[in-house]
Amino acid sequence: MQVVLTGNQENKELQVEGRIDTGTAPEFQEKLMGGLAGAKKVRINMEKVEYVSSAGLRAFLNGQKYANKNGIEMILFNVADSVTEVFEITGFIDILNVE
Amino acid sequence: VERKKWVELGVPAKIESWARVRDFLESYLEKRDCTPREQTQVLIAAEEIFINIASYAYEGEGGSAVVRLKLEQGNVLSLQFEDGGKPYNPLENEDPDIALSAEEREVGGLGIYLVKKSMDNVTYQYVDGKNCLTLVKRLKYAGTSVH
Repeated sequence: MQVVLTGNQENKELQVEGRIDTGTAPEFQEKLMGGLAGAKKVRINMEKVEYVSSAGLRAFLNGQKYANKNGIEMILFNVADSVTEVFEITGFIDILNVE
Repeated sequence: VERKKWVELGVPAKIESWARVRDFLESYLEKRDCTPREQTQVLIAAEEIFINIASYAYEGEGGSAVVRLKLEQGNVLSLQFEDGGKPYNPLENEDPDIALSAEEREVGGLGIYLVKKSMDNVTYQYVDGKNCLTLVKRLKYAGTSVH
């Protein structure tokens, strides 16, 4: 799993690649939180993520809670079908801002 | 119809074993023409169950887990997880309330909920001092290339 961060302090884009699973979720969450800190808007490009398990959901939930609390816009885009399915089953589709 | 035998892998019930279990499942599924999406569904379900066993079954003590696989009638995939830890039926967990807001949401119980929703059937048995959870999934395109 890799995360590439681009953009400026206020508007950031995170490009994620690989699985967000039990092994990689802690690192993903750390990078997500790092990206959210101090930002106004963070767009997360999910094009290269095919796999999100509940460990990954936990990271997204923590990120979304932090974003809500701090008035940060967190947007996921290019979400793969297999990941959309996980978001739908678990109701995360209504919690997260998926474009 | 001849009853197919299980293919199985035994590993220490530790989180670090998941990579081996995943490789085992992936190499099995890749040979069976299942769609990438079905493969992902099965792997996610397996991860949830295996990580649960690795995290809680032996309550910090060492132990082992067995993962079994078989494909019957061409497309009916069964996955079985067995451990000798404390009796625990994850199917008795209350389903999470998926209509809550982010602030109200908790992540507990999401894994097993995902398993229940993405598999066609999940059954639990406690036999001979062992927890045995069986997941069944009907694959769309399996079983055409390899027996």
